[in-house]
Amino acid sequence: MRAVGIILAGGNSHKMRELTRRRAVAAMPVAGSYRSIDFALSNMTNSHIQKVAVLTQYNARSLNEHLNSSKWWDFGRKQGGLYVFTPTITADNGYWYRGTADAIYQNLDFLKKCHEPYVILTSGDAVYKMDYNKVLEYHIEKKADITVVCKELGPEEDACRFGTIKMDDKLRIVEFEEKPMVANSNTVSTGIYVLRRRLLIDLVEHCAEEERHDFVTDILIRYKNLKKIYGYKIEDYWSNISTVDAYYRTNMDFLKPEVRSYFFKQHPNIYSKVTDLPPAKYNPGAVVKNSLVSSGCIINGTVENSVLFKKVFVGNNCVIKNSIILNDVYLGDNTYIENCIVESRDTIRANTRHVGEGGVKVVVEKNERYAM
Amino acid sequence: MIKKEMIAMLLAGGQGSRLGVLTAKVAKPAVAFGGKYRIIDFPLSNCINSGIDTVGVLTQYQPLRLNTHIGIGIPWDLDRNIGGVSILPPYEKSTNSEWYTGTANAIYQNLEYMETFNPDYVLILSGDHIYKMDYEVMLNYHKEHDADVTIAAMPVPMEEASRFGILVADGDGEIKAFEEKPEKPSSNLASMGIYIFSWPVLKDALIKLSAQPGCDFGKHIIPYCHANGKRMFVYEYNGYWKDVGTLNSYWEANMELIDIIPEFNLYEEFWKIYTNSDIIPPQYISDQAVIGRSIIGDGAEIYGEVHNCVIGSGVTIGQGTVVRDSIIMKDVTIGNGCVIDKAIIAENVQIGDNVVLGIGAEVPNKLRSDIYNSGLVTIGENSVVPPNVQIGKNTAISGVTVREDYRDGMLESGGALVKAGER
Repeated sequence: MRAVGIILAGGNSHKMRELTRRRAVAAMPVAGSYRSIDFALSNMTNSHIQKVAVLTQYNARSLNEHLNSSKWWDFGRKQGGLYVFTPTITADNGYWYRGTADAIYQNLDFLKKCHEPYVILTSGDAVYKMDYNKVLEYHIEKKADITVVCKELGPEEDACRFGTIKMDDKLRIVEFEEKPMVANSNTVSTGIYVLRRRLLIDLVEHCAEEERHDFVTDILIRYKNLKKIYGYKIEDYWSNISTVDAYYRTNMDFLKPEVRSYFFKQHPNIYSKVTDLPPAKYNPGAVVKNSLVSSGCIINGTVENSVLFKKVFVGNNCVIKNSIILNDVYLGDNTYIENCIVESRDTIRANTRHVGEGGVKVVVEKNERYAM
Repeated sequence: MIKKEMIAMLLAGGQGSRLGVLTAKVAKPAVAFGGKYRIIDFPLSNCINSGIDTVGVLTQYQPLRLNTHIGIGIPWDLDRNIGGVSILPPYEKSTNSEWYTGTANAIYQNLEYMETFNPDYVLILSGDHIYKMDYEVMLNYHKEHDADVTIAAMPVPMEEASRFGILVADGDGEIKAFEEKPEKPSSNLASMGIYIFSWPVLKDALIKLSAQPGCDFGKHIIPYCHANGKRMFVYEYNGYWKDVGTLNSYWEANMELIDIIPEFNLYEEFWKIYTNSDIIPPQYISDQAVIGRSIIGDGAEIYGEVHNCVIGSGVTIGQGTVVRDSIIMKDVTIGNGCVIDKAIIAENVQIGDNVVLGIGAEVPNKLRSDIYNSGLVTIGENSVVPPNVQIGKNTAISGVTVREDYRDGMLESGGALVKAGER
């Protein structure tokens, strides 16, 4: 138990449009049966990090519901456990979390009471598998003050929505730009950091004294010449979901056999809250091609190149193409859906047509559902 | 003081030998059912849904799978500070150590367990039926009638009644007579093997009959209570209830789940069935796949054709393979180019490429024609079937088989291939 984990899950992203109206990004359903934060949580438990704090703020209820029991990720132990911290008003503080550093500052007592020498700091909005111990070992070997896990993006991806990084030949970070207008590097920070717990406490306290609140701009970028900040490059799959397009692409990635094999078949597993739904059911009329189907679905129509989340009902003669249908959606007969993301618990009436022209369309209909 | 109004004792020690190679390595209650469940999930879920939070599960035959499945009862919310689920295997005593010799003997050997909870009532269940039932309603019935023993029973067609234990009751439901597999039944109410006993009555009967060899509820305890003038009532149940004791009834009960609106509906919000599901990813249906009227479990990867099937979690079905009218359990891998008709394939079986299952005429099985019938191909868990072989109807396969085991690459209808050794 050399490290405690902190997952920053308080954020909202306006780039997710309607999808985060009702939930935090970290609570976004991903890959049919999971939620975004499951990846960070499973990585923690698979790295034997038993004490994990989740900092939530925006639409915290959606996450709290998912985290209402910690047993699915094998937390909830006498040693360690899962802590969920939402901002509270105290005698000394009446603010919301004003930034990532402030969120840590407001829960500094938790960090001060820990005895683990290191902290793994991560976000809840990325899909990846990682053994944090490997990063920690690298961090110790490099005698780094802070280690930033970074990833070289492919040419098709937009680096401007991340923090871009330039490193010297010893992998020390020499340039760090947060969400630049023009990216001059396609190596980006994944938002996963390792540092000593004492150092984090000092940095955050100092930050608070200066009325600064952001971990990236006020700590990483400000201290980059003063502290030894190293990059740890990963080659494995890593995808941040916090725009509609990235979210769509990440889900569609799971239609590729190598991505499925990496996340679903290879050790270690990703865990999620168990929902006790029956197996998916295919009735006469169902035609399903190149798609993911989750438990509790009932299919009577055509589904192609799509991801159906849990408990989706597809009516007769429906056609669903290149779309993502989130949990508990009811699609009435003869519905046509193409290039769309249909929001959870939605009810789409019979004979409806939704097509995303020139991009992915987010469908949110708020129809009443009548008991069948 | 610990006090539970009613506790359940779930008999899960039987082999279920009529399921042939399916229960060679695993007790019948632990056999997979309906894509992701095991048979014992139904009584366990009924317990928690009925508000019974103390369940003793009596195990004896091949309990490993049951033990790992039940664990501390988390999937059924039966992990409790007081009560919850307890696994009760036979144990050594200072004198007179023995196996569980009968259903009632098993309960008798756990008198102390029951005593711990100071129950008013004890519910006796068996772990081999598929049904949804509210035991609390049955308990209310028991209380209303001031009964000592209440036996659940369901109406069966009169012509089939001679296959069951029949209860004869008066207009108030009080039981007047028992007929075990009668030639000329005088009632069509068949006992379901579900009993509620008032605790003092059960305790007295168990102690009085403790010397009875192979002490059994149907054969000894119930007649004893009747002979001693106890108030015994029949509780009529009219919902879905299926005994899955034979290969054919097991196959039928699975197939009924894939009806458009099945009589036994797992998709209802009310009365959920819980299970220990360790595979959670979604299933993948490929470009070449054709799926007709089936249910498919989590994490399955389907590249071939599937019609009228119940497919378990983590199953892989290869390209060009056609599977019809079959039950494929968890983690089975089926190669490319196979044709599979009317088969039951148990967990973790590997089937090579271009294998044909279920061809030819129906010939009675040479080993056990009473078990392997109805035209089914039955393959026991962890078996291996090599590529390019053909297997006929009414056949059974168990163990790691190789090409040499199949004469001319063929296991004729009615054949059996049971090999020792595990993969």
